[in-house]
Amino acid sequence: MSARRLPGPAQSFRLVTLAFGALLMVTPFLYMLSTSFKGQQYVLKLPPQFIPDPATLSNYERILLRGDFGHYFANSLIVAVVSTTLAVLLSAMMAYGFARYRFPGRELMFRLLLIGLMIPAMMLIVPQFVLAKFFGVLDSLVGLIIFYVAGNLALNTFLLRGFFEALPGELDQAMQIDGAGHWRRFWNLALPLARPALATATIFTFLATWDEFAWALTIITTPENQTLPIAVALLQGPKGTQWGLVFAASIIAILPVIAVFLTFQRHFVQGLTAGSVKG
Amino acid sequence: MTELVRDGSGPTLARHSSGVSRQAGGAMKLWRTYLPPALFIAPGFLLFLVCIVYPMLQAIQMSFFDWKLVAGAASTFLGLDNYVRAFNDPRFWLALSNSGIYMAFTVPPQIALGLGVALLLKDKGPAQPLFRVLYYLPVVTSWVVVSLLFKYLFADRGLINFALDDLLGATDKISWLAERWTALVAICALGVWKGIGWSMMIFLAALQGVPKELEEAAVIDGANRRQRFGAVTLPAIWPAMIFVTIMLVIGGFNVFASVLVMTNGGPGGATEVLLTYMYRQAFEFLDFGYGSALAVILTLIVFSLSAIQLKLFRNPEATR
Repeated sequence: MSARRLPGPAQSFRLVTLAFGALLMVTPFLYMLSTSFKGQQYVLKLPPQFIPDPATLSNYERILLRGDFGHYFANSLIVAVVSTTLAVLLSAMMAYGFARYRFPGRELMFRLLLIGLMIPAMMLIVPQFVLAKFFGVLDSLVGLIIFYVAGNLALNTFLLRGFFEALPGELDQAMQIDGAGHWRRFWNLALPLARPALATATIFTFLATWDEFAWALTIITTPENQTLPIAVALLQGPKGTQWGLVFAASIIAILPVIAVFLTFQRHFVQGLTAGSVKG
Repeated sequence: MTELVRDGSGPTLARHSSGVSRQAGGAMKLWRTYLPPALFIAPGFLLFLVCIVYPMLQAIQMSFFDWKLVAGAASTFLGLDNYVRAFNDPRFWLALSNSGIYMAFTVPPQIALGLGVALLLKDKGPAQPLFRVLYYLPVVTSWVVVSLLFKYLFADRGLINFALDDLLGATDKISWLAERWTALVAICALGVWKGIGWSMMIFLAALQGVPKELEEAAVIDGANRRQRFGAVTLPAIWPAMIFVTIMLVIGGFNVFASVLVMTNGGPGGATEVLLTYMYRQAFEFLDFGYGSALAVILTLIVFSLSAIQLKLFRNPEATR
């Protein structure tokens, strides 16, 4: 392709089309940002204001100072970090087990994982609720974490197994001859080599748990255990939503996600490729 | 986990030759061969069995009962009654058709637009990373936030109506979320907007794998753009196409948060989709048995659709 440079008009048409599309993608975000600086009497004003006039910080003040948003933010952070760490660690161990060893039942177990990958999370929400009640973890962060970890195992194991299988066996054998045990070969050799794949798994799991809504909505009943998606959703009143407030909270809730995405976007591409096209 | 340690038929890795007597050595060998993988796999797999596989089976079991959540209350076995009820439930059919409509109006646009953007973006340029980020931004944003955002955009005095009224000259103000079809349009618009970036990213990755030699050979043979796309590009990205289609169909039937937040199934249940209807039956009416039956039906639909697509998609060369 590099040999055949596109001629000028085609190239500009391409850029204009892309820019127009990108504008459609981004305008809602910009409008949300703008509304978060508007007073309630201006949010549904016609014609709509793209630059808030007068601009106010009162929505952010109310979200950050009054109310428990700091608390919800902390809940989300704890749940997402703990779930991600556990899910990636357990998945990496499983993936290594499947990639490096042969044992009876291996294929069957991996098939079972694949079925778990295909089953949409929402299908299991009723029996999982019963299970969580049985364990006594309803309305708790632990209840969120357990099921977030379990729900993210299949995809991560699938993603990481491919990576571990692609690692050359010679290094492993060399370490084995040097007397390194199974765990050391996993921890000191395989994991560091799999860092790119681990980064991908970590990012996807973090985003999934940070954004998760349905399960948290189902099991969390007391306000102090709410995570951000629930808290944001509950900001809309039955009549006359305070849109400025809702979007100030939304902006705060999506900032970490956007930061993680912008920092690690290279891994997104890798992860999507490894997980899909080869699979 | 016992399965792992029991009954070994032939270890291929880590053969330990020890000088112990044959029988004891055999048991020892089995132990040493299968213990490490068991220890690596057991913690995660047990959690998976308990929290995913067991609920899967229990969903099927619950669907045959009038399930009582309260401890001590006896659940009554109903046989297939919950399924019969679903087939005679007009609200179930409405929800099913809404899910189907959502799928039909979100999957093709996401594939076409995602592929289109990917084709425009595949040549590396200074602007490529920026565009990639902008198109992908909605994908990483939580469903709750974007659903609220679209509810606001499609409000009676919202940006969409303003654009239609004042820029395109439409005179009637549409109350988007107050009627079934217009509400579905808004919900589908959100689905497409949020999903384009994802399919774009998959296609972009797949396009990197299109063999350059073939493409150049096609140019030399005088194939035009369209012919090259059909003869070189499409076959090369076919696995990605299968993957994207199947995932989007599954995702289409999984629509939940956007409907819940934007219309809550309203007005009067007219925009209820399968999952919101299932959720309402279970957690609003506490009819866990019926909710489970609906979940099982949905799973069967999703699985059979995936299987059908795999069959249809298999071997594009053979049909060419």
